Amino acid sequence: MLRVDGLQASYGPVRALDDVSFEVVAGSLTAVLGANGAGKTSLLRAISGLIPARAGRIEFDGADIAGMPVERLVRLGVAHVPEGRGVIGELGVEENLRLGGLWRGSGGRDGLGDVYDLFPRLEERRAQPASTLSGGERQMLAIGRALMARPRLLLLDEPSLGLAPRLAAQIMRTLRDLRDRTGLTVLLVEQNAKAALSVANRAIVLSLGRVVADDEPEALAGDETLRHAYLGF
Amino acid sequence: MARFVDLTLNGIANGAIYAAVALSLVLIWRATRILNFAQAGMLMFTTFIAWTAIDHGASYWVGFALALVSGLALGALVERTVVRRVEGAPPLNAIIVTLGVLVLLQAIAGMLWGGNPRSFPPAFSIKGFDIGGRTVLFSPFDLFTVLVVAGVMVGLMLLFSRTTLGLRMRAAAFEPEVSRLLGVRVGDMFTVGWALASLTGSLAGVLVAPAVFVAPNTFDSVLVFGFTAAVLGGLESPGGAVVGGGLLGLALSYISGYAGSETVTLGALVILVLTLMVRPNGLFAHAQERRV
Repeated sequence: MLRVDGLQASYGPVRALDDVSFEVVAGSLTAVLGANGAGKTSLLRAISGLIPARAGRIEFDGADIAGMPVERLVRLGVAHVPEGRGVIGELGVEENLRLGGLWRGSGGRDGLGDVYDLFPRLEERRAQPASTLSGGERQMLAIGRALMARPRLLLLDEPSLGLAPRLAAQIMRTLRDLRDRTGLTVLLVEQNAKAALSVANRAIVLSLGRVVADDEPEALAGDETLRHAYLGF
Repeated sequence: MARFVDLTLNGIANGAIYAAVALSLVLIWRATRILNFAQAGMLMFTTFIAWTAIDHGASYWVGFALALVSGLALGALVERTVVRRVEGAPPLNAIIVTLGVLVLLQAIAGMLWGGNPRSFPPAFSIKGFDIGGRTVLFSPFDLFTVLVVAGVMVGLMLLFSRTTLGLRMRAAAFEPEVSRLLGVRVGDMFTVGWALASLTGSLAGVLVAPAVFVAPNTFDSVLVFGFTAAVLGGLESPGGAVVGGGLLGLALSYISGYAGSETVTLGALVILVLTLMVRPNGLFAHAQERRV
């Protein structure tokens, strides 16, 4: 569904991604692992067109999407939940959710019920400003808001960041259920390698902007050198 | 007492105009973090367009509508052609650019219409109402001014709080990048924001024109008062701009009435400086919300 080939990107003179190639199969959950500064966030931002790709191809459903404005990408079926969640605190919970589906018409209300079924907490707080939510609730809101766009590919940047282990595990289970139930394809960037590997079908490991491993979760978890060097467990 | 009532009524009418100018500045500040010094030139230009139509025999209302429509168009045009290039650049760039647009518009207006002040008709009589055998300092045109400005404010409020366009505009103003990720065409939202702000400014232009006459520079003081009102209310808040406009209108009316009309500009500057010294975020600022 998503094929990245020879992708290069940089922030000014600093090279963030160097010849990155991998593939995400439809209906799978692929994890991107690696230490801080390995280029995980840059990878998602380059796929979304938030930073320009210097070289390489990014194919979504066979179409080259490199350099496509991010507003158009959403309409093709790619939703991106940014690091730090990007919840708009000045807006209400339901307003945040509607914003995710606005481009599909019907005032962004189509699909609200599904998200509230998935995250009942959000329905309880629908009229509150999003700034009053807890960290876990914000993550639910960010994921729910991305789902309002009815995406086929969900890009998630560090959903467990700053969450208690129990909440992080719950988010991972939600992602797994979404994949299994709706066939959603997920590209998950995580620093918490253990949690991510527990739900992923495949994982790639980035180090200093390069892919150093691309394998099944069991194989990665079984490779002690790799685990110690890059995954931190 | 009668004099106090007169000054209060007069202050409310003037305050409505300051509020409209303040609102036009706040809308742009909120959306793009740019202080639009060109606003004085933009509303002067659209008022001249209205004046030209009326001067050629069109009815007042045709001129009025023309001012608002050309205000929308000019706001969008300025954003698309000039301001877009400095969005996200250091603030000084935007300040210089809007000052440049101001000078440009004043120069073009001077070439097209000359420097002589032109009289602009009011929509209704400017002779005060007779109440209890006394003529108060509040005319049918003043009433019209207050009602129209209030109407525009309610309209804007409903637009922002009730419509999907308003929701997209607010999102684009608060979190442009996140909004783009959600499919909001942020650039278009900024254009719409400038157009609406410019419309509000144009409205203030035609409403104040009968009192100040129309010439390339006559609206500069309106911008100063509007800016003071915006700072008084806190640049962030449209509601604050409205209240700030009203308070400034009242204050300047009392100053003019009790201390002499020549002290009005001085009074406005004192209010501006005092606000910036004592409450730099405006009268209604609460602690800045923490961003997570």
